[in-house]
Amino acid sequence: MTGSSVGGFPILSLMLLVPLVGAVASLKANREQARLIALVATLIDFALGVVLWASYDIGGAQWQFTEHAAVFTGFEWKLGIDGIALVLIALTVFLMPICIGASWNSIEKRAGEYYAAFLLMETLMIGVFTAQDLFLFYIMFEAGLIPMYLIIGIWGGADRIYASYKFFLYTLLGSVLMLIAMFWMVNEAGTSDIPTLMTHHFPVGAQNLLFLAFFASFAVKMPMWPVHTWLPDAHVQAPTAGSVILAGVLLKMGGYGFIRFSLPMFPEASAHFAPLVWGLSMAAVVITSLIALVQHDIKKLIAYSSVAHMAIVTIGLFAFNQQGLEGSMIVMLSHGLVAGALFLAVGVIYDRLHTREIDRYGGLAINMPYYAVFFLLFTMASIGLPGTSGFVGEFLSLLGIYQESSWVALVCTTGIILGAAYMLYLYRRVVFGAQKNADAAAMPDLDAREWAMMVPLAAVVLWMGIYPESFLAPMRKDIAVVEQRIDAAKPKGDANVKIAAVTPVAAEAGEAK
Amino acid sequence: MNLLHSLQLTAAEELISVAGLVLLLVAAWSGDRASRAISIATVGVLVAAAAIALPALCGSLAGADVSAFGGQYKADAFSAFAKLLIYVGAAVTLIVAPAFFDRFRAMRAEFPILVLFAALGMGIMVSAGDLLTLYIGLELNSLAAYVLAAFLRTDDRSAEAGLKYFVLGSLASGILLYGISLTYGFSGTTSFDAIRVAYAHGMSIGATFGMVLILVGLGFKISAAPFHMWTPDVYEGAPTPVTTFFATAPKVAALGLLMRISLEAFGAQPDAWRQVIVAASLLSIVVGALGAIGQSNIKRLMAYSSINNVGFMLIGLAAGTKAGASAMLVYLAIYVAMSVAGFVAILMLRDADGNQVETIADLGGLSRTRPGLAAALAMVMFSLAGIPPLFGFWGKFVVFQAAVQANLLALASIGIAASVIGAFYYLKVVKVLYFDEPTDKVQGNSDLAHSILLVVFSVVLSPLGYLLTGWLNTLASSAASALFHVV
Repeated sequence: MTGSSVGGFPILSLMLLVPLVGAVASLKANREQARLIALVATLIDFALGVVLWASYDIGGAQWQFTEHAAVFTGFEWKLGIDGIALVLIALTVFLMPICIGASWNSIEKRAGEYYAAFLLMETLMIGVFTAQDLFLFYIMFEAGLIPMYLIIGIWGGADRIYASYKFFLYTLLGSVLMLIAMFWMVNEAGTSDIPTLMTHHFPVGAQNLLFLAFFASFAVKMPMWPVHTWLPDAHVQAPTAGSVILAGVLLKMGGYGFIRFSLPMFPEASAHFAPLVWGLSMAAVVITSLIALVQHDIKKLIAYSSVAHMAIVTIGLFAFNQQGLEGSMIVMLSHGLVAGALFLAVGVIYDRLHTREIDRYGGLAINMPYYAVFFLLFTMASIGLPGTSGFVGEFLSLLGIYQESSWVALVCTTGIILGAAYMLYLYRRVVFGAQKNADAAAMPDLDAREWAMMVPLAAVVLWMGIYPESFLAPMRKDIAVVEQRIDAAKPKGDANVKIAAVTPVAAEAGEAK
Repeated sequence: MNLLHSLQLTAAEELISVAGLVLLLVAAWSGDRASRAISIATVGVLVAAAAIALPALCGSLAGADVSAFGGQYKADAFSAFAKLLIYVGAAVTLIVAPAFFDRFRAMRAEFPILVLFAALGMGIMVSAGDLLTLYIGLELNSLAAYVLAAFLRTDDRSAEAGLKYFVLGSLASGILLYGISLTYGFSGTTSFDAIRVAYAHGMSIGATFGMVLILVGLGFKISAAPFHMWTPDVYEGAPTPVTTFFATAPKVAALGLLMRISLEAFGAQPDAWRQVIVAASLLSIVVGALGAIGQSNIKRLMAYSSINNVGFMLIGLAAGTKAGASAMLVYLAIYVAMSVAGFVAILMLRDADGNQVETIADLGGLSRTRPGLAAALAMVMFSLAGIPPLFGFWGKFVVFQAAVQANLLALASIGIAASVIGAFYYLKVVKVLYFDEPTDKVQGNSDLAHSILLVVFSVVLSPLGYLLTGWLNTLASSAASALFHVV
């Protein structure tokens, strides 16, 4: 095994191994042991994630911590990360301990298997972001279906069976054609090495088909309208932690796929299909926001808002400029934190009252003031209030697309307004108003465990909102690489605006361009 | 080409036939009391035969040096690869059979001997270099298999399975023979190598007819759609250890034979047979997937699953390249592991009285009463569906890769999209195992031999199986090269 990482130490493999070992260990353990094992394993991985971030050399080599081991034939065990992968891995390892915390008391049956499935998910998610071999990526990408299927199906709500099938078959159908496309690409380029493929020029004619095959997979995973319908079902039925991980990380795989594969590998096709992506995104922003407005189920509402937010991500990605790409990455991170936090907030009251009906709550600000504060913060972050993480990402994404098409920007910006409408309406019905339900009025405020989950999330949401540079800096160079790659192919924009660089002076000096 | 050399090359077959005859005498004199001892001896014979076959595979032998009796028999790397899989399937059958038949007091001494003779026939099938050798091997195998299917003769379903298998098997043999005679008529030879030469510059209509009839006859044997009708009934009716056998060894033998005929005898005219194979492949994938959805019996489900999987393997053959043949062999090896693990797990499903539990609904909540068994069964299901990271994915991976390399993009795309339909019914089984409330139908413990087999084959199917990819790839490609060794 060759490694050029922390002193030649294979930290990425270790990050994959720790949850895997935890998964095996917790399989046979009882509930108390299993949750402890899971917490320890995820915290170790978080610590490793901190080490990873700290030792990541911003502005250094494009691919760092690379590892390669010749143990397979047909594909290779090749790991390595760039800044884009780094922040997504950080998001994963940050959310995982919180997910375990969210399940601490609420999972009573078959806890060993539950934590094992979650830890396995963590391994596979990190695997997706670290894989440097096309087929290794595919294996990790698809393998996540099995634990998620089990999580929804075993520990989900009343309609869990239907939701689990829908989740599995929808995403599987989306992905299989991508495999055929991968075979073709590897056959054509003669390698399955992702960094090499990112610089390979595929024939323009073939690019369109390849793009569509990848698009089918990532659009379902993302999810984009109109193939988003599995998401509300899966979210509503999944247990709280399942929803958090689904919204927090799994949806990001779609965005990661676009920025890692579709854009750099098929730049001409991306430009060719950009109007399609724009159209679907515009439709998603407006339609799903309107649907969210009329939901009675809190989780379903947040699920639809996720689809709308993901549309902002695709808009930013297909803006073909640095602002758009950076914005969409920040939206992904921000949405991972905020949607995760909102699902946690729902979980907090669901654990107390065992219902997701908005009407069953009301006036929580009176008996749960601290809860109300956190919920408000995350609601505002979801709307995109300046000072929270949501604002930074959405602003950059919309700024990016405005240079390409003012109409798309116009339509998508209505999403922000609609977003404010449904989130504030939700908040009003749940937290403000009279305490119309006696049982809801009797609910106690946050306990220590819930504080421990909310505080870090709130802190990072504010951090990203106030000083996003910490998160943008590691990605900037890699986004510039992607931008350079797609620049030649980019469709001609309708707006002739010239925007001065929005990056701070300090970072500008270090920029490679 | 002296006789001694030929006898040397056919050592594995000689060993099996002599041992089979000796064991038959033992069985005649000591009766059913000796059935266990004979089973053990038979497994020993199979291990020895495998050891004889192994050097040809490791040395990737091919060509004139290893063809015996004037080219009628080929002890090349390809036949060795297939034989190893066949012997594994036969040995597993013998290991799991006693526990099953003892309950019906039906563990007869003939059982292991029939399996042995079937294995002999299959060994000849995959080594055949001539249409007549092929037919002898095929019939030797089939006759033993008909009896095996009806082995539980007091059970109506078993008798029905035997009869059905016999009638349809005979029909298939008839069609095959007709094809053979036409091919002989148009090429003037029965040797594969000579047929290849005779058809090197094209095939007449009659020759094509002969070829298609041969393919149809073999289509019955591999249970590819639209010649699959017998499979669910025979799989369901036959005693489960025999079903285990049918799902593994004869599949390998018949597919091996199909590969040899297509790539050697008709190897000069791949376009002539490719469309037949492509049609059978896609039909099998779709029929196997759709047919399985309504099944409530797990053995019938496995039957449709085998039809479905044969469809995927045929994609490798349709590619018509060395990579395709190698991919098909890799898939076959993984398929044998999946089938063995699946049927051993099914054999371990017994109710309180020790009867087999075969209804899928009765497996409800098995993950809570028997977590290990349920996990193994779920792994088999996900593997058969080809979901990574389980090793079943690798079979599909290599086959589709070969198809894409051979530029069969439409076939690969349709095939892989249809595999999603198949995923539905595999998921259904996992759902019953994991999501449903326990029915507590499955009780009791299983014996050690079953557990060991299940653990071994489950480990192969687990992601650890990927560590075998290098080794499997080397062996399969050396076996596949033997088929492309033009004399």
